[in-house]
Amino acid sequence: MQQAVVDKIKQLPEYHQLVKQRGRLAWQLSALMLAAYFGFILLVAFSPDFFKIVVWGQYTTIGFPLGVGIILLAFVLTGIYVYRANRHFDTLTQHIKKAVER
Amino acid sequence: MNRVLFGLLLWQAFPAFAQSGARERGSSAIVMFLIFVGATLAITWWAAGRTKTAKDFYSAGGGITGFQNGLAIAGDFMSAASFLGITALVYKQGYDGLIYAIGFLVGWPIIMFLMSERLRNLGRYTFADVAAYRFSQTPIRVFSAVAGLSVVLLYLIAQMVGAGALIQTLFGLSFELAVVIVGVLIIAYVTFGGMLATSWVQIIKAVLLLTGASCMAFGTLYLVGFSFDTLFKTAVDQHSKGMAIMYVGGLVSDPISAISLGIALMFGTAGLPHILMRFFTVPDAKEARKSVFYATGFIGYFYILTFIIGMGAVAFILGNPAYFNADGSMIGGDNMPAVHLAHALGGDLFLGFISAVAFATILAVVAGLTLAGAAAISHDLYANVINKQAGDRQEVLVSRVATVVLGLLAVLLGILFQKQNVAFMVGLAFTIAASATFPVLIMSMFWQRMTTRGALLGGWAGLLTATGMVILGPAVWVQVLGHDTAVVPYSNPALFSVSIAFLGIWAGSVLDHSKRATNERALFEAQFIRSQTGIGAEGASH
Repeated sequence: MQQAVVDKIKQLPEYHQLVKQRGRLAWQLSALMLAAYFGFILLVAFSPDFFKIVVWGQYTTIGFPLGVGIILLAFVLTGIYVYRANRHFDTLTQHIKKAVER
Repeated sequence: MNRVLFGLLLWQAFPAFAQSGARERGSSAIVMFLIFVGATLAITWWAAGRTKTAKDFYSAGGGITGFQNGLAIAGDFMSAASFLGITALVYKQGYDGLIYAIGFLVGWPIIMFLMSERLRNLGRYTFADVAAYRFSQTPIRVFSAVAGLSVVLLYLIAQMVGAGALIQTLFGLSFELAVVIVGVLIIAYVTFGGMLATSWVQIIKAVLLLTGASCMAFGTLYLVGFSFDTLFKTAVDQHSKGMAIMYVGGLVSDPISAISLGIALMFGTAGLPHILMRFFTVPDAKEARKSVFYATGFIGYFYILTFIIGMGAVAFILGNPAYFNADGSMIGGDNMPAVHLAHALGGDLFLGFISAVAFATILAVVAGLTLAGAAAISHDLYANVINKQAGDRQEVLVSRVATVVLGLLAVLLGILFQKQNVAFMVGLAFTIAASATFPVLIMSMFWQRMTTRGALLGGWAGLLTATGMVILGPAVWVQVLGHDTAVVPYSNPALFSVSIAFLGIWAGSVLDHSKRATNERALFEAQFIRSQTGIGAEGASH
């Protein structure tokens, strides 16, 4: 990429908005996923008795809904990112591309 | 030219296979498998005509859609090891199997948020394109190729040995012949059809596997009146461990190993060369992130199914003498609960279908691995280190030769390791991916101050620590080499090796005051802008 293009993009408010907003969303969602998963792993490692809680009927322990819940959370988080990116970040990127071509 | 060679290869392989296969077991498995092979070879024929340039060969011309790539990623990632292995783990240990399954999934959101779009914007064919973007090409390419090939070969050996044993049981072929058939087919797919054929093999396989697993989970739930509690009750009543199968078991006993395993599974996924390569097959960053969304959905759904199937196997296989030898061991080995459950639920026809699906699964994963290994040799080592003047045609030729060599090597290693304990190999592959490729790749995209020296120090340190600690750990030192106690007490060392890699990258970079380092830091800005906007990124060719 030529320095002139770099300098031009750096001056665009849309570029800074894109980097800041997308970065924030990406790290927030990552933190949520990491917290959920490593929270679960720490629970497995340090508090195995927690998994003896029966939540449904006589045999369904809490581990089953918890595990399925983490899998669903992973999917929902990716969905949130795609939704935001399609609606908002792509628009910003288009603006930047147009401004560069001009 | 390609198609002529391809035809010759088929002529050689087919009759031998058809004859040897028909001898034993019910013909339904063989018929369904032959349909799959026929369809995939037809696709390879079609793809061969559209695979001419290096871009076609490595990335299918960048023309795969997000949805297709999501399915292909799922097909690349859901190996026979995870289908049969996780269900077998649930069968044996109960809930612990689900802990593993979750670990295999949770890396995907991280890949989407932090990597997928940037990878697509920066790279062309391999993850090393991104890792070496602003660094000194030769040393980074060599490191990436060594780390990538280590991961690919370990994974490949585990898949080939598993494949041989599985096909031996399901189709009644000899181990060697089974491994050779896998080798010949994947050489045909990859050499002639490149990434386009590989992608479609993976897409078809993903659809088949998801369909098969859905039917099995549905059948299981149907038998228990669609009540999870009844399913778990039936399983608990059958299992020798009783209610303990619903609790956290001994598999992840000490906290260090548990956290290490979590790190290896989560970040290892984000460092697998054959998975990372898939992000270059889509036209742009938007399709790249879409593909992870679909992949996460398919893979997550699949792992929920494996838990239900594993529990179903406990409920309906355990204690049924039809599936056990006289000495109490399971017919076909410990990895077979899912296969026997297929028979219990749907008889010979459904067993045939699931057997064919398992075979298809192996082929798709092995093809993806072989292509990634060939790309590391031809693109990273040949075209960027050995012969930097190499033209497109030369590079494609080298990649085809590398594919054939890797395919033969896979066959050879599969036979060589037949009687060895290879259970540790997939774990080691994930640990190396998490400790070597992932840290270098992610830091190169996010950290301005990183330099070539930092990448090399951290990358090699991570690679060597991971390998050394696994060899000295219980999985190899005790179970393979037969020593009494392990030098390293942890079953997984990722907590240490990943930390060492990041520490090495940091130390090597901040202590680097060379002129080259200043230049590399200055190049970060343009790299960052391209990674964010996609301006200057590789487009699709058709």
